[in-house]
Amino acid sequence: MSTQATTSGAQPAGQQEAGEAIRLGGATAKRGGHPVWSGVDLSVRQGEFVAVLGPNGSGKSTLLHVLLSLLPLSEGTATVLSGPPGSANSQIGYLPQRRGFDSGTRVRGLDLVRLGLDGTRWGFPLPTRISARGRAAARRVEEAIELVGASAYALRPIGALSGGEQQRLLIAQALVRRPRILLLDEPLDSLDLSNQGAVAALVQRICKEEGVTVLLVAHDVNPILSYLDRVIYFAGGGGVEGTPREVITGPTLSRLYGVPVEVLETSDGRLVVVGTPEPPAHHHPRHDHGH
Amino acid sequence: MAIELAGLSWNPVSDLEQLTEFPFMVQALEAGTIVAVMAGAIGWFMVLRRQTFAGHTLSVIAFPGAAGATLAGLPIALGYFGVCGIAALALSQVSRPGRESPSSESAAIGTVQAFGLGLGFLFVTLYSGQLSDLESLLFGTFLGITAAQVQTLLGVALAALALLAVIGRPLLFASVDGAVARAAGVPTGALALAFLLLLGLAVAATAEITGALLVFALLVTPAATAQQITARPGAGLAISMALALAVTWLGLGIAYFSPYPVGFWVTSLSFGLYVAVRLLLGVLARRGPEPLGALA
Repeated sequence: MSTQATTSGAQPAGQQEAGEAIRLGGATAKRGGHPVWSGVDLSVRQGEFVAVLGPNGSGKSTLLHVLLSLLPLSEGTATVLSGPPGSANSQIGYLPQRRGFDSGTRVRGLDLVRLGLDGTRWGFPLPTRISARGRAAARRVEEAIELVGASAYALRPIGALSGGEQQRLLIAQALVRRPRILLLDEPLDSLDLSNQGAVAALVQRICKEEGVTVLLVAHDVNPILSYLDRVIYFAGGGGVEGTPREVITGPTLSRLYGVPVEVLETSDGRLVVVGTPEPPAHHHPRHDHGH
Repeated sequence: MAIELAGLSWNPVSDLEQLTEFPFMVQALEAGTIVAVMAGAIGWFMVLRRQTFAGHTLSVIAFPGAAGATLAGLPIALGYFGVCGIAALALSQVSRPGRESPSSESAAIGTVQAFGLGLGFLFVTLYSGQLSDLESLLFGTFLGITAAQVQTLLGVALAALALLAVIGRPLLFASVDGAVARAAGVPTGALALAFLLLLGLAVAATAEITGALLVFALLVTPAATAQQITARPGAGLAISMALALAVTWLGLGIAYFSPYPVGFWVTSLSFGLYVAVRLLLGVLARRGPEPLGALA
């Protein structure tokens, strides 16, 4: 796990372990000519729930963009489901970072989930009851909505729902194609603490029940700590990956940030990172109506 | 109704016979029908995509286009379609995401709009200085539609609606959820350009009938009303087209029997419908917690 740029030593895409969903070898990503992170090696196995952590601007979302091939790596290799990024996008459910739908968005939650299933197909959909394909699609949409527990409000306009309700429907949208990988960019950001825990528990249940690999970008690890298998931590132009207890430690983070950093554990098991050069990312709960 | 409707017998059959007695009226009804269906469908997507400002820009730019074509001795339709097409291409360049802040962009477009209106006025003055030309370019020539114009409109509308049907679902995806659509492989940039061109076509076709300033009566108001009524995409599109048709037919019908212009009736009817629907939904919302549960 080096934080230095490497040009060679990257593993060819073929040498992927069985059961591995994502691998980066000596990877460097640049935006506007400047490296966001470099020399990153990481490996995520199928069915793991992984948090992507780090301060603002450390390249958390950049990782998701690389995996979706929205941004090519400038050095190193990336493998997603045993192919190059982009080759398996139909098997990836993606939830981008967003501020939510405003109240003027007059489309039902159900329609949004349905678009996740067949929104890329050309043409105009026939009414659901007419075609067999339409009936199958409607059933799958219903299943996905049930899985996230959003049946009670899926028929209301998405703009009229609370942040937590919107987030559940968006997760259903990302899930509706039965993806093997879920990439969730700050899905907890606009939620209050209790909803953060509820959505994290939901994501973990889906991860285990459906065997989906989940990468979840988060500002604060504590609300999701108990649900995680592994974490990827970006800081200081590099990134490390491992179990939360391996990565969120003073020595590992000190090496990553390049300055002495301490990790304190509170009596209730919360982790507090102290001494980072940039102000640590705080969670700002916005008001979110409960269910 | 306080307004006297001369010649109206209140007998539907004989009134319809009166309405369709003259070819100009039949052609107005045909052209109105074509334009209403097209504007209702494309307008629904425009309102969903929040591109009413782009639509407004296109309609304002249509005026100097038509006036310039008249001055140059070209067919007015060429002026409408040519200028709207060019303006749609230009808009797609200006409104690329991340280019400029939306406010400075809209200020720039607003400046061009004002200049466009000025140019149009100049062209009309240079042509003959007759006020009637200015009036018909700005407020429409419902009753001056020729059979050839109806045929052109029909061709344009069929092509536009066919294209809309092909790109409909990905366009809906890109309109409500651009980032996810892009990641899923929807060509959002190409769709945005295609839609602006469709919008240009719709504005040009509508402007030929309603004039540059009254385009919105068919393009925005029915669509906005439909989106108030339902959040279902299919039903919303159908209602938007039905409302555009209803106000066009009613407007033409009432205008035939009244001394006031068609443009006034079409805009008033669509405005009245919009207000009525908003009030009704407001009342329903106050009564029950989720009045839209069944409807929406």
